[in-house]
Amino acid sequence: MRKKRLSLTIDGGRVTVDEGTTILEACQQLGIRIPRLCYHPELSLMGSCRVCIVEVKDMGFYMTSCSQKVWEGMEVQTNSPEIRQARRDIVELLLDNHPRDCQTCERDGNCELQNLAYAMGVRARHFEGRRKRFPLDLSSHSVVRDSEKCVLCGRCVRVCDEIQGVTNLSQHGRGFLTVVAPAHGAKMDESVCIQCGQCINVCPTAAFLEKRGAGAVWQAIADPRRHVVVQTAPSIRAAIGEGFGLPPGTPATGRMVTALRRLGFDAVFDTDLGADLTIIEEAHELLTRLKEGPLPMITSCSPGWINFLEKFYPELIPHASTCRSPMSMMSALIKTYYAKKKGIDPKKIYVVAVMPCVAKKYEARRPEHTIELGAGDRRTDCQSVLPSSDAAVAGGGQGVRVPLTDAVLTTRELIWMIKCYGIELVSLPEGEFDPPLGLSSGAGDLFGATGGVMEATLRAASELVTGRPADRLDFTEVRNVAGLRETYVAIGEHNIHVGVANGLTNAKVLLDKVKQGKEPFHVIEVMACPGGCVGGGGQPYPPEGFHILDPRLLAKRAAALYAIDAGKQLRKSYENPAIEEIYDTFLDGPGSAKAHRLLHTRYAAKLPRGIR
Amino acid sequence: MNPAPTCPSTDNWEEVRAAARYVLGEPIAEFIDACCRAPEPKSQLIAVLHRVQARFGYLSPAHLDAVAQLLQVPAATVAGVASFYHFFRLQPRGKYILNVCLGTACYVKGADRVAQRIIDELGITWGETTNDGVFTLEQARCLGTCGLAPVLMIGEEMHGQVTPDQVPAILEKYLKKAREAPAGTA
Repeated sequence: MRKKRLSLTIDGGRVTVDEGTTILEACQQLGIRIPRLCYHPELSLMGSCRVCIVEVKDMGFYMTSCSQKVWEGMEVQTNSPEIRQARRDIVELLLDNHPRDCQTCERDGNCELQNLAYAMGVRARHFEGRRKRFPLDLSSHSVVRDSEKCVLCGRCVRVCDEIQGVTNLSQHGRGFLTVVAPAHGAKMDESVCIQCGQCINVCPTAAFLEKRGAGAVWQAIADPRRHVVVQTAPSIRAAIGEGFGLPPGTPATGRMVTALRRLGFDAVFDTDLGADLTIIEEAHELLTRLKEGPLPMITSCSPGWINFLEKFYPELIPHASTCRSPMSMMSALIKTYYAKKKGIDPKKIYVVAVMPCVAKKYEARRPEHTIELGAGDRRTDCQSVLPSSDAAVAGGGQGVRVPLTDAVLTTRELIWMIKCYGIELVSLPEGEFDPPLGLSSGAGDLFGATGGVMEATLRAASELVTGRPADRLDFTEVRNVAGLRETYVAIGEHNIHVGVANGLTNAKVLLDKVKQGKEPFHVIEVMACPGGCVGGGGQPYPPEGFHILDPRLLAKRAAALYAIDAGKQLRKSYENPAIEEIYDTFLDGPGSAKAHRLLHTRYAAKLPRGIR
Repeated sequence: MNPAPTCPSTDNWEEVRAAARYVLGEPIAEFIDACCRAPEPKSQLIAVLHRVQARFGYLSPAHLDAVAQLLQVPAATVAGVASFYHFFRLQPRGKYILNVCLGTACYVKGADRVAQRIIDELGITWGETTNDGVFTLEQARCLGTCGLAPVLMIGEEMHGQVTPDQVPAILEKYLKKAREAPAGTA
């Protein structure tokens, strides 16, 4: 049914729009950008900040253009001196209750409140009032909450509820003392927070930020006794260029590698290889599950999703693949296989992972992802590579338990480090990842986009199941998933029922179906963040012309990954010679007992339990 | 294909549910059960909170978490509602509610100075409870005994024509009573 069309005038210009259009949307059709703060096109309307007010003839009061729908014959004025003054007053009042530390704030130059103040023409402070004071919440490994910078726009509350289905945040109290926090003002690490970091992404200011990791990394790099190794996730190469003015969707793999080498890392590895390894282990796990259950198998790469599973759907834990994430697989290999191959004491190796994700910072701190080194523990094959003097230093055969991954940096943090070092990424020559953990297939690159793990798994599983070379490599039916997709894929005599979800509200739909057991799935891919890792909580703030969670931006980043995959000779994880060598010389083959010890993990129900 | 997991259960719902029922007690838990059987259980949130406060005198984080689990409303939402409405109290109340009348008659008779003396003596302000759990300080608008202004009401007892200097002795009387009374009696 066609919608009714309505005509109105905005600043004297006539425009005809569908019934149900808001004033703000109608203005966009005329190229008028109404200033806004709490409004976000991917979230529900709140109308709380009042920055987007406009004058409507005969109304006698200013209306919020984000929430007011147009009517036939409406006459809107967006730009009278009075309305500009009123907007400026609103922004000035917000600034009055805001710390004056722009120059030392991480969002400096990238802050919507700062941009608004500039655009509204706030050039002086006219109001001097009481300022809210709240302690900084540094409890979480991933997300820092600074309520003094909060403007109560409620975007974080809405993204946590509407997109992620977590509802960890709400506004507590009332009036001047209102604060956005988890229930009872609890610390983030005692809440149901799954550490996805979408609150960081949607925050217009710096009320939410990632926990900083760069300091420890600088220190490790400067320490000559340390062998500092870096690995970068698939989606970093698709987004890092945005931090240096490259258009979204520009792959910057080679330039990123060169930049990392210039930063002083001793070796630059590719998490894509970890992804290849994940595929092979997961495909074997799927084969076993096809015979023995339980089905469906749900992917386990996304640490935000794993946190959600443990807090919100613990009964489905047996369905999660036991595979560690590509990051943790890589780190395990670096501290065992690589250390052994190079004859480096694994205790001296410092593994840095650059991730699109803040939940990875938590994953790296999980006790499941640690390794005992230097205790004569044959399981890790480390004692044999320890020089005798170091074994003595290690405490007479006493092992030390160390994290597999020592530090996790977000894409944003890496961009900052490169800028801090004065490296001009755009003009750098192309570099290559280092052997023996630098070679990856195109399947590994796909991990950065929603449906990518599924596609890579199908690529591998189709050969494993049928025993014949795959008749196709592209499974476009699982690409560019707008939140949720279910489909069937024929592999040999199996008709595989697959589900792909990104954003945990979408994942809930599939998980509830699994619980009901009505439509038995075989494989489900869940990525916590919208669009998958390309939309991760650690990715760059959007460039001009895009907004956070913008499907166009996510599609451009994903397209970069598909282009990288299509441009590679090597597209199947199985054919990666680096992986073959690892299995032949170190892991005793896919799915072996040793592979299980190093590459698999376990999960457990966690409290507080979330309400789904 | 076998969709049923064969491994030991990883679910913690029964423990979480049992703990929540224990915190709220069976009558309230059963009221929530009834809400859940009716349409729109979430719309009963405030009704549930009223019952919890009537039973326990205030809403602790443990109470709110238990309501969240049994009513299946996110804890952040429950706590947001509880902290928004003036009627709900998030702190335990003292053994004696100390109501200072700040109505017009009491005010002109110097209730503000009496109130300030109480605040100084107890080290708490409006709505707060002393660390020993004896007093909660509240303001009243009129207690209907203007002839006795300024008036204090402590527990069920009235004190009229109070001067700031009388405050320490009055407080001491109740402190003494609280110390002598066996635990758990009012």
